[in-house]
Amino acid sequence: MSGQPFSLTVLWFAWLKERVGTGEETVTPPATVRTVADLMTWLAGLDARHATAFGAGKTIRCAVNQEFADPATVLASGDEVAFFPPVTGG
Amino acid sequence: MARISVQTEDFDVGAELAALTAGRTDIGGIGCFVGVVRDDKPHDQPDKPIAALTLEHYPAMTLRAITRIVEEAERRWSLLGCTVIHRVGRMEPGANIVLVLAASAHRGAALDATAFLIDWLKTKAPFWKREEFPDGGSSWVEAKEADDAAAARWA
Repeated sequence: MSGQPFSLTVLWFAWLKERVGTGEETVTPPATVRTVADLMTWLAGLDARHATAFGAGKTIRCAVNQEFADPATVLASGDEVAFFPPVTGG
Repeated sequence: MARISVQTEDFDVGAELAALTAGRTDIGGIGCFVGVVRDDKPHDQPDKPIAALTLEHYPAMTLRAITRIVEEAERRWSLLGCTVIHRVGRMEPGANIVLVLAASAHRGAALDATAFLIDWLKTKAPFWKREEFPDGGSSWVEAKEADDAAAARWA
């Protein structure tokens, strides 16, 4: 699938969900998006809602396929990528 | 071996203790932690405690994350049983939020495992708290550095 756009499910939680305006969306980034960091940059350029989610200057955590991930985590088509603030349960 | 539940309903601590120890004679001690909604006051309104907390979570990930935490506790201590119940949804001050029970032959493992489990639950399981104020406003609770420090002491 080199060179082809690919499909990801992106989930948003807590205040990120409110800023983006949805809890779940399907996106098809270009093949130049390889990592979580790439995806964040690409999502932030989509529109004003996504830009404010990443532009708040607050810490954002990420999970890929329900496992905690980091900016260097490499993505594959069909992955579920979740963005959320540091957790506050317990 | 472990009982793990994420649920909106309240839990009965006595019933969970009884279930954990039913038919067992090898358990020497059970550590127990119950997290409760506290009537936190905003800094600028010390006379107005929060009306409620709402717990949001990431359903597809939550059970997996808690299972990982419990497995880590089982690697570190010799546990004979373990219960983790975390509530989600809207809860008012005084309501139970979370229950951790850890059973072992001796108190040291039971108490340490209980503290470890709640410290890691607070920093490594995908839950988020939203505070609701008496005037109808609300805000997301910020993660605390003290919680990270508490979790890090088990590293």
